[in-house]
Amino acid sequence: MQLTGAEIVVQCLLEQGVRTVFGYPGGAALFIYDELYKAEPRLTHVLSRHEQGALHAADGYARVTGEVGVALVTSGPGATNAVTGLATAYMDSIPVVCLSAQVPVPLIGNDAFQEVDTVGITRSCTKHNYLVRDVEDLARVIREAFYIAKSGRPGPVLVDIPKDVSNTRCAYSPSHASVNIRSYRPTVKGHIRQVRRAVEMLQAARRPLLYTGGGVILANAWKGLQQLTKSLNLPITNTLMGLGAFPAADSQFVGMLGMHGTYEANMAVSHCDLLVAIGARFDDRVTGKIADFAPHAKIIHIDVDPTSISKNVRVDLPIVGDVRSVLEQMNGLIEEEKIPEKQADISDWWAKIEGWRKKDCLRFTQGEQEIESQYVIQTLCKLTKGQAIVATDVGQHQMWAAQFYGFQQARHWLTSGGLGTMGYGLPAAIGAQVAKPNEQVVVITGDGSIQMNVQELGTCLQYQLPIKIVILNNGFLGMVRQWQELFYERRYAHTDIAVSPDFVKLAEAYGALGLRTDKPAEVEAVLRQGLAHPGTVIMDFRVRKESNVYPMVPAGKGLNDMILGELL
Amino acid sequence: MRHIISVLVENEAGVLSRVAGLFSARGFNIESLTVAPVGNGETSRITLVTLGSDPIIEQILKQLNKLVPVIQVSDLSEGPHVGRELMLVKVLTERGQHDKNPRDEVLNVVRIFRAQVVDATPGSLIIEVTGDNDKLNACLAMLEPFGVAEMVRTGQVALSRGVRK
Ligand SMILES: Cc1cc2nc3c(=O)[nH]c(=O)nc-3n(C[C@H](O)[C@H](O)[C@H](O)COP(=O)(O)OP(=O)(O)OC[C@H]3O[C@@H](n4cnc5c(N)ncnc54)[C@H](O)[C@@H]3O)c2cc1C
Ligand SMILES: Cc1ncc(C[n+]2csc(CCOP(=O)(O)OP(=O)(O)O)c2C)c(N)n1
Repeated sequence: MQLTGAEIVVQCLLEQGVRTVFGYPGGAALFIYDELYKAEPRLTHVLSRHEQGALHAADGYARVTGEVGVALVTSGPGATNAVTGLATAYMDSIPVVCLSAQVPVPLIGNDAFQEVDTVGITRSCTKHNYLVRDVEDLARVIREAFYIAKSGRPGPVLVDIPKDVSNTRCAYSPSHASVNIRSYRPTVKGHIRQVRRAVEMLQAARRPLLYTGGGVILANAWKGLQQLTKSLNLPITNTLMGLGAFPAADSQFVGMLGMHGTYEANMAVSHCDLLVAIGARFDDRVTGKIADFAPHAKIIHIDVDPTSISKNVRVDLPIVGDVRSVLEQMNGLIEEEKIPEKQADISDWWAKIEGWRKKDCLRFTQGEQEIESQYVIQTLCKLTKGQAIVATDVGQHQMWAAQFYGFQQARHWLTSGGLGTMGYGLPAAIGAQVAKPNEQVVVITGDGSIQMNVQELGTCLQYQLPIKIVILNNGFLGMVRQWQELFYERRYAHTDIAVSPDFVKLAEAYGALGLRTDKPAEVEAVLRQGLAHPGTVIMDFRVRKESNVYPMVPAGKGLNDMILGELL
Repeated sequence: MRHIISVLVENEAGVLSRVAGLFSARGFNIESLTVAPVGNGETSRITLVTLGSDPIIEQILKQLNKLVPVIQVSDLSEGPHVGRELMLVKVLTERGQHDKNPRDEVLNVVRIFRAQVVDATPGSLIIEVTGDNDKLNACLAMLEPFGVAEMVRTGQVALSRGVRK
């Protein structure tokens, strides 16, 4: 079959099972867009309002489905606008393939119109990238891109396609053969001797703790994780990225750990004698001061990426492999060898944890005057039964969402953890809602963050996406203000954003529903009304302005050195 | 400690900038780097010399391995190996005030270090020296008093000794 490059792009996307592309057109992408026009409705395209939005939408799509999200942008400014989206996906290991158009091959390097060195610019914020100079390579490269994006430690892959390549013909034959790259072979199974050692260590531990992260979700391994946690009655803490892998309502869950983790989770890390890290990468927001991190513990680390192991914290037992396979191996051994019967007594340890839990570190009081952000999220959780897909931006609202929206399932939590990208929430929710048209999708955001990609309201309306946007409007860049309050003697340097649009009118300008309240007594009614509305809704909650997220481990302090806040 | 790391890569566009970019982005140190195609030209071998503590070297090896076009990474300093570097030195041989005959003295140094003279003009000689790092430094130290006009070094290449199973 002789096809043009643009036709090959479409054929390869269909071959990979792609149904939706998030993108934004431009000159160099015209041949590809022309083929997309013809490929409707087998392959649909969602037009964002900014390329950053397209990338975050592809990322959100990937997080809720576990499939590769796909974005398409034009050359030059299209590609540079995509960079933040790529970096966001890269830091959180999200499988995304971004196709970018490029100026024709003979013009590359000529400072041609809308030319940038896309491959150069994106090299350090993609898992891998390609410039396709010859149409003969195109099909192979796209197949490799998908394979690399979703295998091993997932991540974004960019394929840069010059305009003339998309308009040149070559032979194409469909292929479903598995991709083989000799220099790229991720490890799947854990080394059996190491797995056996891990099980022995779990059996002997008096104060064990599971510390699990985004890797469990990326590997679709939450069932195996739940089995392990249950079979040995282990306490479990999640990173921000790991939330949802273990039901928050379960009594074995001690909450998130780290900078804004719970008292009980951080104390458990500080006192455990065995810490089992599963698909987590010892980020500095999690460890605090390294020297004080889990000082009494032997550490087991299960991770598919050898570079994650012993990068920040020395590990006693590394297991390189896919979390899902390794957990199957561990659970198999635990069952075969009847480990629960031989397990050391951990009841004292549980008593200790229950003691820490009594501190009730997330306590707050909702008065009659001003709305507390926590109360809005708690009520949202109640009304959605903890089942909504929640996307956030970055800041205090993000941390409160993590603490107060009791996640019951994996792949229902979309947040930019590694890069901390304000402006992520709304476009990510768009990707999620496109993927899951029948699920309730909610954005929890701040008055600062929402304005970073608020133009995507247009996308919501164009595709009739019934996304519910909850703005916790405190008139500040709250998280930064909190740091200024605590560490810069309340000098609020440029964190006051009192001048914002009237969000109700803004919603209406786009044709969405806008609601607002500043009264605690109305919070539930507004949420009910908003959630029940069939279309896109902005709910503007005027919350208490100078409220802080606690507990908080100040930067550079150990995890047991928490600021517990006003009530404690 | 100083490590010699040998990296076999696919010989494709951009692979060198991936390796170099990795070092600069992660703040790893590169003392020298050489690269040339090997075999049938499908692959290239990069030899780089770097300095770092054990955990840093471990990260360097792992991070290099993680690059998609990297086929194999080995730390040659871990076992017995042979390392070589080539240096060209242009030495001035004009007769100075106190010198007897600098040209003869330079040739003496050349003999001692088993170097070679590869070019001569009335006022200068170009000396080629091959050897390990220490030998090159020692030779250079001997030549410097005569006046070194220009100097270039290739950076180290190395192979492990024997046949590895
Ligand atoms: C304002 C702000 C505050 C924050 N505060 C906190 C906080 O208090 N607590 C907190 O936890 N985080 C916090 N974060 C997030 C933090 O920055 C990191 O993003 C997060 O801790 C990393 O989570 P993780 O360790 O689960 O790793 P991820 O980034 O999710 O990485 C996944 C790990 O799993 C591995 N992996 C991937 N796939 C597989 C597989 N198939 N099999 C095996 N392994 C796999 C990867 O190699 C990687 O090592 C905060 C972020 C922001 C923006
Ligand atoms: C793109 C980007 N710029 C700057 C920051 C730094 N930053 C982190 S949190 C924050 C404030 C966020 O304010 P808002 O969205 O109103 O949320 P709040 O903290 O008030 O809940 C800022 C500016 C960031 N994370 N991302």
